[in-house]
Amino acid sequence: MTNFVNSLGIILFATLVYATPLLYGALGSCFSEVSGVVNIGIEGMMTAGAFTGTVVAYFTGNPWIGFLCGGLAGAFFGMLHAVATVNLGADQTIAGTAINMLGPGIVIMLAKVLFDSTDTIPLTASQKIPKLFAGVFDTSTVFGRFMDNVFANYVSTYLVFIAVVIVWFVFYKTRFGLRLRACGEHPQACETLGINVIAMRFACVCISGFLAGLGGACVTMTISTQFRPISIVGQGFIAIAAVIFGKFRPQGALIGCLLFGFCSGLKVVLGGSSGVNMHLISMIPYVVTVIVLVLFVGKSRVPAANGKPYIKAK
Amino acid sequence: MKKILAMALVLCMMFAMCATASAADAKIKVGMVTDVGGVNDKSFNQLAWEGLQALDPDAFEVNYLESKTDADYQTNINTFIDEEYDLIITVGYMLADATREAAMDNPDQKFAIVDDSSCADLENVACLMFAQEECSYLVGLVAGSVTKSNTVGYVQGMVSDPMNLFGIGYITGVLEACPEATILQYNANNFGDIAGGNTAAKDMITKGADVIYHAAGGTGNGVMNACDEAGIYGIGVDKDQRVELGLECIITSAMKRVDVACQDISKAVKDDAFKGGVHLYNLANDGVGIAPTTDVVSAETLEKVEAAKKAIIAGEKTIPTSAADCPAFTLNG
Repeated sequence: MTNFVNSLGIILFATLVYATPLLYGALGSCFSEVSGVVNIGIEGMMTAGAFTGTVVAYFTGNPWIGFLCGGLAGAFFGMLHAVATVNLGADQTIAGTAINMLGPGIVIMLAKVLFDSTDTIPLTASQKIPKLFAGVFDTSTVFGRFMDNVFANYVSTYLVFIAVVIVWFVFYKTRFGLRLRACGEHPQACETLGINVIAMRFACVCISGFLAGLGGACVTMTISTQFRPISIVGQGFIAIAAVIFGKFRPQGALIGCLLFGFCSGLKVVLGGSSGVNMHLISMIPYVVTVIVLVLFVGKSRVPAANGKPYIKAK
Repeated sequence: MKKILAMALVLCMMFAMCATASAADAKIKVGMVTDVGGVNDKSFNQLAWEGLQALDPDAFEVNYLESKTDADYQTNINTFIDEEYDLIITVGYMLADATREAAMDNPDQKFAIVDDSSCADLENVACLMFAQEECSYLVGLVAGSVTKSNTVGYVQGMVSDPMNLFGIGYITGVLEACPEATILQYNANNFGDIAGGNTAAKDMITKGADVIYHAAGGTGNGVMNACDEAGIYGIGVDKDQRVELGLECIITSAMKRVDVACQDISKAVKDDAFKGGVHLYNLANDGVGIAPTTDVVSAETLEKVEAAKKAIIAGEKTIPTSAADCPAFTLNG
């Protein structure tokens, strides 16, 4: 029983650790895709956020300014993507790929200029995003340890769950959300009704970058204390996969991210205590995701105008 | 007019080429090819490069090429061969196949490879091997002495013969200092999974571990952070990670002097004393060692570590190097 509770605590802990950055990225991806712009540049935007967050936190000493600037750096790359795809009508996949190359390229160059290394200087404890409920639970008891593992978590983790609710509300309960979704379905119809499609999409891609940037920053400012080129390795793409998994809905993406995180936690717990070959165990998150996708999720409906540049007068 | 311009340009180019060739003539050219970790990996690639940079710039010309994927190894090595480098250092066992192929095709080209002995049969390849079990054994002694819960943890980046040496040495040391210790082991199967390292450490802490050692590259970054937050001790690897990562929880590190080895082999080329085969770096020649410890390590433990070090150097004590001789080591690949 003790073992079970301990393991469950660890799996839930891992679920949150893995899912937090993915979820920021996935919410970002939702904004862009639903408004009709394919954004595979999430990875590049996360890298930009991860770097900027740690650097700003290091120089200002304030994690919150760092976290915010991480988001803004992501938004900057979002803006580049928006200018290329929304204003100039460039191919969205190619522009996104360019962002994925440009983001890491620029930050590594900046890191070399600032620190003479591709890594940033590690943050001190007070420069990291703080934990909520740290030390509240009595870790000498099994139950207390469980609560500590699950709930004594970074503020950024709590924030992302609030963000899911906010994004859901914006998408489905506000006029802005309705217009946003309409732009992704039938932009011509929107334009005839007086909605500025270009401006809507531009804003959504920037928001997308902002959220992705926050996702990057919460990797390097929580479980790691510095930016390294390996900090963001594929999280952006898994976030995009989670969005497709969740049928382009924030609540669906939440389930996708939590499932991936849960399986990653399972991987650690099983890998640490059984004699099963680690290569097999390492496959768990990916295999489970594919199985769930095939068996339970069914066909994902892509927003009708997703990926098609909108050209006004036609 | 066009023709004259073209001729002028060609002449310029020829002069430029002659100029660089004559300037480099006197210097020994050493080229280093990294593995996919890149030159700033806070581990052996970075150490190797730091070692080369510390060489006398009047006598050596050093350069590196980073490999982004496995496919780059051959290309990078060939680039250095084409540019007539005197010595090509390939970093990491992942480059073993590419190094072997290039060395067999170019028998006059000198190579050195870090962390691999599979090319030891070739005369033009120096295999720079490290007795990582010796330094791991020493930090194992420290871990076994400072643990109060008699539970220690160990995270490894990948299961392979050279990587296993870290675990085998560490476990041997822990059990010697604390025979009743429980050793929690985890193979992350990944050198870049920070979240995975963090979770594995959290799992060990939940199970009562109060010291954790890692040999897991970037994954270890997550391990050390979890130790720091939980207020338990961590032990770093390769470099003095207390300085490197700036975490107070790191009480010592098992150091691997790849920098020293790369300098040695470069100087050997300069002095015409290059020899192929295995070059072993161990405690005796300061090729591996233990980083300065913090004051949580008692004087008594330090004496024990010092005595063990002397015994190993004197050859009175040997550390097992195969998993078969260390039944407590349970990681599998």
